[in-house]
Amino acid sequence: MQSFDLGKEGLRALNSSLHALRGQTNMTAWEVINPKGAHAIAAGVDAPVDITVRGSTGYYCAGMNKQATIRIKGSAGPGVAENMMSGAVIIDGDASQYAGATGRGGLLVIKGNASSRCGISMKGIDIVVHGNIGHMSCFMAQSGNVVVLGNAGESLGDSLYEARIFVRGTVKSLGADCIEKEMRDEHFALVEDLLRRGEADTKAKPEEFRRYGSARKLYNFNIDNAAAY
Amino acid sequence: MTEFPKTPPRYSATFTPAVNAEIRRAAASGIYDIRGGGTKRHLPHFDDLLFLGASISRYPLEGYREKCATDVWLGTRHAKKPIHLDIPVTIAGMSFGALSGPAKEALGRGASDAGTSTTTGDGGMTEEERGHSKTLVYQYLPSRYGMNPDDLRRADAIEIVVGQGAKPGGGGMLLGQKISDRVAKMRNLPKGIDQRSACRHPDWTGPDDLEIKILELREITDWEKPIYVKIGGARPYYDTALAVKAGADVVVLDGMQGGTAATQDVFIEHVGMPILACIPLAVKALQDLGMHRKVQLIVSGGIRSGADVAKAMALGADAVAIGTAALIALGDNDPKWEEEYQKLGTTADAYDDWHEGRDPTGITTQDPELYQRFDPVLGGRRLKNYLKVMTLEAQTIARACGKNHLHNLEPEDLVSLTIEAAAMAGVPLAGTSWIPGRNGGF
Repeated sequence: MQSFDLGKEGLRALNSSLHALRGQTNMTAWEVINPKGAHAIAAGVDAPVDITVRGSTGYYCAGMNKQATIRIKGSAGPGVAENMMSGAVIIDGDASQYAGATGRGGLLVIKGNASSRCGISMKGIDIVVHGNIGHMSCFMAQSGNVVVLGNAGESLGDSLYEARIFVRGTVKSLGADCIEKEMRDEHFALVEDLLRRGEADTKAKPEEFRRYGSARKLYNFNIDNAAAY
Repeated sequence: MTEFPKTPPRYSATFTPAVNAEIRRAAASGIYDIRGGGTKRHLPHFDDLLFLGASISRYPLEGYREKCATDVWLGTRHAKKPIHLDIPVTIAGMSFGALSGPAKEALGRGASDAGTSTTTGDGGMTEEERGHSKTLVYQYLPSRYGMNPDDLRRADAIEIVVGQGAKPGGGGMLLGQKISDRVAKMRNLPKGIDQRSACRHPDWTGPDDLEIKILELREITDWEKPIYVKIGGARPYYDTALAVKAGADVVVLDGMQGGTAATQDVFIEHVGMPILACIPLAVKALQDLGMHRKVQLIVSGGIRSGADVAKAMALGADAVAIGTAALIALGDNDPKWEEEYQKLGTTADAYDDWHEGRDPTGITTQDPELYQRFDPVLGGRRLKNYLKVMTLEAQTIARACGKNHLHNLEPEDLVSLTIEAAAMAGVPLAGTSWIPGRNGGF
């Protein structure tokens, strides 16, 4: 285990050490201590390594992650795992706004609650939230899946494209062009898989979820829909 | 009965035939007019400025013998690998999607041969432009279409787009006709939809967040790449100051003459300021912070000739960017396609319905039949020629003003032809020492 004291050695040294791992496989277990809410911890990693951050992180932890599994043993600030490409980010605590924003792949697991705009503009990432998600979550979400064991705030899935949203609890309101859709067999299977990978299979069952997606009425401009924008 | 002369028909200056035609069009269609390009209205512009040239009090440099350098460094504030360009005329961001693949290739070829940079756009980085651009600036836009760390690392600079001159406060637009299979795949969108890009970034708001976003991009790219921040000409003093505060290496400032692939006409014509009014405010912000020439300023919006380049630089810019002019150099709106323009209900030099994807020149389309008309090698050659001419023109003026580098041009070399331009550019009205508004705030 490579242990890195962020308080002593600094962000630049951490990230340049992690970036140097590209192509290497012998140093696969990393631990970051004293994160103290620093920004951009483990941003831009591109290696199949396991990184455990012992504490809470600031903005953009694991930003643009590729391949790595990054565990945050605390809560995460805004934009955690933004634009993630692959790999996994697992947060023991809560996540601030824009969690998983524009993410293109990989798995983001939030064991606490996620704040507003979770999954905004997402492009293929899978997100599993054990708690609740805040308002405007999945705004303009393009593709990927979001599974929420708790409740969703206002305007869920506003201006949604082809992302799929599964919520077990209540939805305060749906955003423009977002509607409830039928849960078919493939959706039960999808939720089952995501619950398992999201370490939530002991907490919920697929049949407890409802599915939300795009009504596709705003895909092409029509003046009679102007009030929806 | 006596016949009196009749009052001749008189058109209203308010309800002109053009205004009335637009009212009728809106009433019939129920949708605002969408078009490409920049503002078409008359504005105070570089044409309203003149250079004084050398005389007894200044002496000029010999036109073909004495050196007048044109190179520019960009990103020297924080980047480990700043950019060094041979000429201070760069190619502005234009998306693959808005432009065809061959058109992006031609921009790369022409710019690289002329010693300058090209810029991606709201559609991600294509192999055509990376492969043919020696220096490529990668735009970081609210939509983040195609955004990925590998392209960030193979870019030569990163441009965080906050706004653009054609539509400060507005997002991108690419209508269904141009969302081909390839464009849809790159943007991760369903084919054929009317795509509207967000106007705000999804994961930051305001200057304090921007500072952290810049930190993240620097960390991801190991502090190698210059980071530009592009703003539309709205509040250039404060926006420039805030971009500098957030850590930008370069500020890109786009006036309302700057083009767009597609936006509401009402937005293009009524939001933002002309570039002439923007440059002095941005330069003042840099000077007030002690950062002029440390954070470089690239300006764009209506740059057409070496004279425009020289005037922008005399006002304090480090470099300029061209978009519309580059497309025209490639062949856009060429009268040789007049017959086809007529079929589209328009005429050469006025065609702006690029969003419809039926561009006869093959430049602003995703239709293979049309874009195969366009020869990227010839297009690149034409762009190179044009960039070389602009540079020679700017050098001609600089030498006449006694400057051995384009960067040595200064406001003192300029006078204004109109009171409006004098007030906006902050250079005296010709024949006077009067700068309206000076000592009266700005």
